[in-house]
Amino acid sequence: MKILEGLYYSKNHEWVKVEGDKAYVGITDFAQHSLGDIVYAELPEIDTVLNAGDTLGTVESVKAASDVYCPISGKVIEVNQSIADDPSLLNSDPYENWMICVEISDPSELDELMSPEEYSDFCK
Amino acid sequence: MIRLDSLKKTPLYDTHLKYGAKMIEFAGFSMPVQYESILKEHEAVRKNAGLFDVSHMGEIIIEGKDSEKFINYIISNNVAKINDNQAMYSPMCYQNGTTVDDLLVYKFSNEKYMLVVNASNIDKDYNWIDENKNYNIAVKNISNEISELALQGPKSQKILQKMTEYNLDDMKYYHFDKINLDGVNCLISRSGYTGEDGFEIFLKNDYAQPMWEKILAVGKEFGIKPAGLGARDTLRFEAGLPLYGNELSDDITPLEAGLGSFVKLEKDFIGRDALLKQKQDGLKRKIVGFEMIDNGIPRHGYDVCAQGEKIGYVTTGYLSPTLKKNIGMALISSQFANIGNEISIIIRNKPLKAIVTSKNFYKKNYKK
Repeated sequence: MKILEGLYYSKNHEWVKVEGDKAYVGITDFAQHSLGDIVYAELPEIDTVLNAGDTLGTVESVKAASDVYCPISGKVIEVNQSIADDPSLLNSDPYENWMICVEISDPSELDELMSPEEYSDFCK
Repeated sequence: MIRLDSLKKTPLYDTHLKYGAKMIEFAGFSMPVQYESILKEHEAVRKNAGLFDVSHMGEIIIEGKDSEKFINYIISNNVAKINDNQAMYSPMCYQNGTTVDDLLVYKFSNEKYMLVVNASNIDKDYNWIDENKNYNIAVKNISNEISELALQGPKSQKILQKMTEYNLDDMKYYHFDKINLDGVNCLISRSGYTGEDGFEIFLKNDYAQPMWEKILAVGKEFGIKPAGLGARDTLRFEAGLPLYGNELSDDITPLEAGLGSFVKLEKDFIGRDALLKQKQDGLKRKIVGFEMIDNGIPRHGYDVCAQGEKIGYVTTGYLSPTLKKNIGMALISSQFANIGNEISIIIRNKPLKAIVTSKNFYKKNYKK
């Protein structure tokens, strides 16, 4: 299972990559592996305001639908349309293929998330 | 919460782990839902071949001189119509016409039959059969002694033929025989649950693991893959075949499920009067097929609406791997069941448009 350095991780198996006041959010390799073949992804509208823990969208595997939660509060400023067009990208490279980008409203929330080492232990 | 260590295992449990299976709880068993990928396994069965462990299924032997009479009393189809070495599909009903189970009857002779039943219903079926056993017969549940492998797909015959001297061209659809397969005595039927040509192989537990390995080794050049319950469900669904717990249940009659051709109202059987009345009164609800117009994947249990009212629920739904369409089956009020009618599927609180279609989404490729 792949875990990248330099990212923050949530208990719901999302990752967060911070660039200045922006955060890119996606699902982890562990998550895509548990889900199996992903065939559908529903993403939020631009400008949606999300609180940490809110549903940001849904990914569906062949078998079932699963909500994806936003690990950090903020306003959605970008959505990755290529995911909606080809959801299997989440299987092939879950870290390259982020789902949304938010403008971070409370950077202190990052402290609540896990480091790569902590997440690695969490997945055991 | 189900304790994983309390689950039953088939003789192939360790083999599944060796092949990288993701295991899930199914009908009290720990079963492989997929190995590499449901989509790849699905495609292998449609194009080449797939091998399924279906040892969780139950086998019940009915023996004695009144066997035919008894079986005809507990199932809705007419077993008197088949010959020795032939199999028949049938629902088995309660007095009120709803469904105890759907099963296959294998006829060895007028005095000996084997019922192949759903794993989740083995005990319920056995008890139901035992309670209603007012004939001169013996009932024996041999489920724990027998393994079952399902080899399905257009290349199935070529693979199996390499392992036996028996000429498989001679075996017709829904027929079976005792066949020596790679030195092992098996009972093999030309049948299955995927919409493709294929075989179901019954054998003693001890031989299941080596047979699994042998079939995969022989099938390698034909593109065989081990396939799990995930692909089994998408395949049977595309072929419009019902699954107990989805399209059939103790709340759904075979007539509502569209299985009228397996309900022989001209003979007496448990549930016959209720089903005859249901037919005469007209069905209030029916299982239909549907295709999404709006973008969304329908799932088992989602509500179906029309004209602002709930008219039923989705029994099975998927993005069809073969057809690449979002399709489903639903149990809905008959007044909305005509092909071409517009209905709504409630997906995450949003009504999304769909259109009623035939349930036969995929044209079956059985060898007759």
